[in-house]
Amino acid sequence: MHDNNSLIDRIYRRLSNVPMWVMWGIVVIWTIPSLSLFINSFRSRTRQRDSGFWEFVRDGDRDYQFGCPEDYNAPDLFHMIENYCMVLSNDQSSGMLSSVISSLAIAVPSTIIPISIASFAAYAFAWIDFKGRKPLFIGTVALLSIPLQVALIPLLIMYSGGAHFTIPFTERTLTMVPDFALAGGPWAVVLTHTGFAMPFAIFLLHNYMSSLPGELIESARVDGADHFSTFVRLVLPLSVPAIAAFAIFQFLWTWNDYLIAVVMLNGGTPEVFPTTQRIANLAGDFGEYEHLLTAGAFVQAFVPLVVFFSLQRYFVRGLLAGSVKG
Amino acid sequence: MATVTLDKINKVYPNGFHAIHDLDLEIADTEFLVLVGPSGCGKSTALRMIAGLEEISGGEMHIGDNVVNDVEPKDRDIAMVFQNYALYPHMTVRDNIGFALKLAKTPKAEIDAQVEEAARILELTEQLGKRPGQLSGGQRQRVAMGRAIVRQPSAFLMDEPLSNLDAKLRVQMRAEIARLQRDLGVTTVYVTHDQVEAMTMGDRVCVLKDGYLQQVDTPQNLYDKPDNVFVAAFIGSPSMNLNEGNLAGTTLTLGSHTIELSADVFEKRPGLRQFDGRDVIVGIRPEDLEDASLAPEEKKGATIATTCTLTEALGSEIIVHFELDAPRVDAGDPDAVNDLGEYAAVGRFDPRSRVTIGDAIEIAVNTGNLHFFDPQSRSAVW
Repeated sequence: MHDNNSLIDRIYRRLSNVPMWVMWGIVVIWTIPSLSLFINSFRSRTRQRDSGFWEFVRDGDRDYQFGCPEDYNAPDLFHMIENYCMVLSNDQSSGMLSSVISSLAIAVPSTIIPISIASFAAYAFAWIDFKGRKPLFIGTVALLSIPLQVALIPLLIMYSGGAHFTIPFTERTLTMVPDFALAGGPWAVVLTHTGFAMPFAIFLLHNYMSSLPGELIESARVDGADHFSTFVRLVLPLSVPAIAAFAIFQFLWTWNDYLIAVVMLNGGTPEVFPTTQRIANLAGDFGEYEHLLTAGAFVQAFVPLVVFFSLQRYFVRGLLAGSVKG
Repeated sequence: MATVTLDKINKVYPNGFHAIHDLDLEIADTEFLVLVGPSGCGKSTALRMIAGLEEISGGEMHIGDNVVNDVEPKDRDIAMVFQNYALYPHMTVRDNIGFALKLAKTPKAEIDAQVEEAARILELTEQLGKRPGQLSGGQRQRVAMGRAIVRQPSAFLMDEPLSNLDAKLRVQMRAEIARLQRDLGVTTVYVTHDQVEAMTMGDRVCVLKDGYLQQVDTPQNLYDKPDNVFVAAFIGSPSMNLNEGNLAGTTLTLGSHTIELSADVFEKRPGLRQFDGRDVIVGIRPEDLEDASLAPEEKKGATIATTCTLTEALGSEIIVHFELDAPRVDAGDPDAVNDLGEYAAVGRFDPRSRVTIGDAIEIAVNTGNLHFFDPQSRSAVW
């Protein structure tokens, strides 16, 4: 572990020699695009189109009152948070509030369900000795290599009509999966996310759980714990850093997903569209709400930030401190 | 409280490695038995089989009157202390100690009472609210002990519980564990690779090597009457000098030295007569060697003249390495460090000895305490 000559260590040492001001320079450069988006999200449509974001200092001829405007069409009056007022309304053409709810309804279960299933599976793969454990695990991990795109259409067909198998040369048809009519609703998206998250979740959690000291698990066994209590009382609490890491990635991925949502929600009502889909449609057919994209993008980006910072404290270093020595 | 009996226990790993061969062992109720041996001798495997963490490939394991071969660890009524303590890092000391009781669905009040009691015995009361990460090595060790005693099991199993402590603490905990075991009167099987721990703690000591039982006896008997070359070299520190010698009548030849054996040596070991005119392995404990100028008259059985090659003064004694031109015998301990060279031996002298490196010295040998082993079977000659 402390192999000083490994490539990573050498890169790390090189990087730690870079002066601080260079780092700050990089930070500034990387922040500029977000900053421009952020500043423009407070500017009116005409201002956004006429001048660059750095011109915002000259926007002082506006009425910068707080609160949402009563009349959105008053020509000279622009409220600072007007764009946000419009984006966070329930307005059919300009609002995206309902899509935030939809996104949450998709991303939250799409994060929690895979974790709850995968942590059980990962424990079994790591600590229960059963026949075929290794091939099954390899098979599960091998699923990582299946590209999402190849499964989209089959899944969509399965969600909208069930899966049926006609036995060759006979008239018989077996129904493998009945038609639950999921397509066009959030569950179609959630199930797809769950399925595709599973291999990676199992892989990640298995690697973490199997690195827990074996003596701990054995100690629990001698203390009288069956697999379930070992899992719930010991392995799960100790796996919190891995679970939090996976939760952040999975939430980000499902929150930002567009492809699966577009395919699975095709034909559904616009109320079930997540933010990504809503933003894509926000500009409108003739671009009359183009200027709302900046505010919309910020609303869309805000939730993952909250998730990230609230889960960050679970990345605890030294969680195992004091358990075993050596 | 229970006896633990191993009846022809075997362990064969799936890869074909035969770790334990026909191990027979009877551990009496309330006995403190120490399993000792060099690394890889199978002592931990044996303990883990008693615990139920390792499957038994052959033979029968009894705890009390029950055959426990197929009984889950939790149903064997045993408590185990692991080498690395294996404390639950996310729980407080209180929860760590009470974990087994909690799993057994003991009422809360009773758990509290028993945890407090265990903490009192182990002087952990102050630490009950802390996490293992906030404790010192010695305290963690106590928590691990507390987790074992709170369950009042029929047997304690301890797997090198002191090997992670520093030397001073180890000596202290050694005494403490031995005292605790005596007070609680619980049958205990204790695994260690440290022969000092084995000798000081055990009622009886079981020496293992390569999965074979070498000898089970009280510490004193192991020291006085080792069954074979391995046990002879393993027990005692510094270990016994084992050299090839030759017996002719009552004269023992060790390289260029000759030692005259008295009649009571042959009386004590009648079997030795058969080695007349043959090679024999001679074992001399360093304690039975002394600077001839300081040796009491009655201990001066024989003397050998040689050269001192190294001295280690320990205050209470001086360890003297000296030349001995009889070939050394390898006792077969994989952990032994052979820093002596082919023709060297060790004596343990009185600190008044003024021997220094390079001196020609005369060494008194206490011939009455010599050990003899058959060069073929390597077992003791009696």
